[in-house]
Amino acid sequence: MGEGSGKYIIIAGAGKVGWNLARELIDKGHEVTVIEDNRNRYGTVEQELEHNIQYGDASELWVLERAGISRADMVIAVTGDDEDNMLICQVAKEKYLVDRIIARVNNPRNRPHFELLGIKPYVSATDLILRLLEHEVPDYGLVHLLDLPEERLEIIEMMLGDDSRVAGKRVGDLSMPEGSLLISILREGLGGFVPTPDTVLEAGDEVLAVLDPGLEEELKSFFGSDGNSAG
Amino acid sequence: MFVLIVGCGRVGSSVARNMLREGHEVSCLDEDPEAHARLEVNLDRSWEDSGGQFTVGTALEEEALTAAGIERADAFIASTDGDNTNIVIAQIAKRRFNVPTVIARILDPLRAEWYEKQGVNTICPTRVAIEMLEKEVLEAAGTS
Repeated sequence: MGEGSGKYIIIAGAGKVGWNLARELIDKGHEVTVIEDNRNRYGTVEQELEHNIQYGDASELWVLERAGISRADMVIAVTGDDEDNMLICQVAKEKYLVDRIIARVNNPRNRPHFELLGIKPYVSATDLILRLLEHEVPDYGLVHLLDLPEERLEIIEMMLGDDSRVAGKRVGDLSMPEGSLLISILREGLGGFVPTPDTVLEAGDEVLAVLDPGLEEELKSFFGSDGNSAG
Repeated sequence: MFVLIVGCGRVGSSVARNMLREGHEVSCLDEDPEAHARLEVNLDRSWEDSGGQFTVGTALEEEALTAAGIERADAFIASTDGDNTNIVIAQIAKRRFNVPTVIARILDPLRAEWYEKQGVNTICPTRVAIEMLEKEVLEAAGTS
């Protein structure tokens, strides 16, 4: 294998996520095997996916081996059971040395367990929706756009209110908290741009900043109003 | 010794009772409140009056594990009815809570074998049953 861009991908779980992923990936020219252990669900999905789905419990090693895990480029575990997803990914990564794994987190409270077992990346629909919610509600405060725990960096976004203490100030005159950097401004009518020292901040601007983890509160009060410095 | 047993079915509850009888401190965690009744089979007093502890909760919830006393456990037994659950919580007990002795019951011999190699202490009742059956059959056939 390894010719062209087509990869061999095993998907554990033929629920809505697994089935649709399989469709998309097959459309993009990848070779896909879905593994599903519910007989009825298997029967339904098999009518469309045919030889691209196998019946069995993906946390059984022989089922993974039958699906050809040793030559898989990627294993995606999207069953409705977090323990199953953790086990499948752990075995894929550590026993069969699969290059890439992706796990679905059903219960966001299980995230620390995925991290403890070294399973990443993982995707949590609940977290994604929560983030969207945060993004839709600027009053909520500071929005996390990106966390890079390994690099110890975060990117956040914050809307400057009418009473923001930095509104009307030149970027060059700001003394940003150490460990943070203003990287972009989104302004009504102008879109996003990278500020220069002469850029003057306005109320209503959305500012993007990169920062060391742990500086959120400090940054929140820095960009906030004089009245709520505690955040 | 303080023993925490997660999963209080036939196996877990029997081990719990035996350990308690032998004078150890025993705490059980199960997601089903009804599992408590199993602990009292053949006991003349209630489980609590006999000195046992019982917590209702899911094994993956840290609050439940903490409430059941994992932080001071000398031994941890994962005996729920799910192999994958047992494998995951055994690793949590070992890696996050540093419990000195951790044992997982794994019914699937293949998973048990691999995780044993990875340093997870496992008991595989299926493997034991297979060996006993084979031995029995061979002996019976040899003597007839």
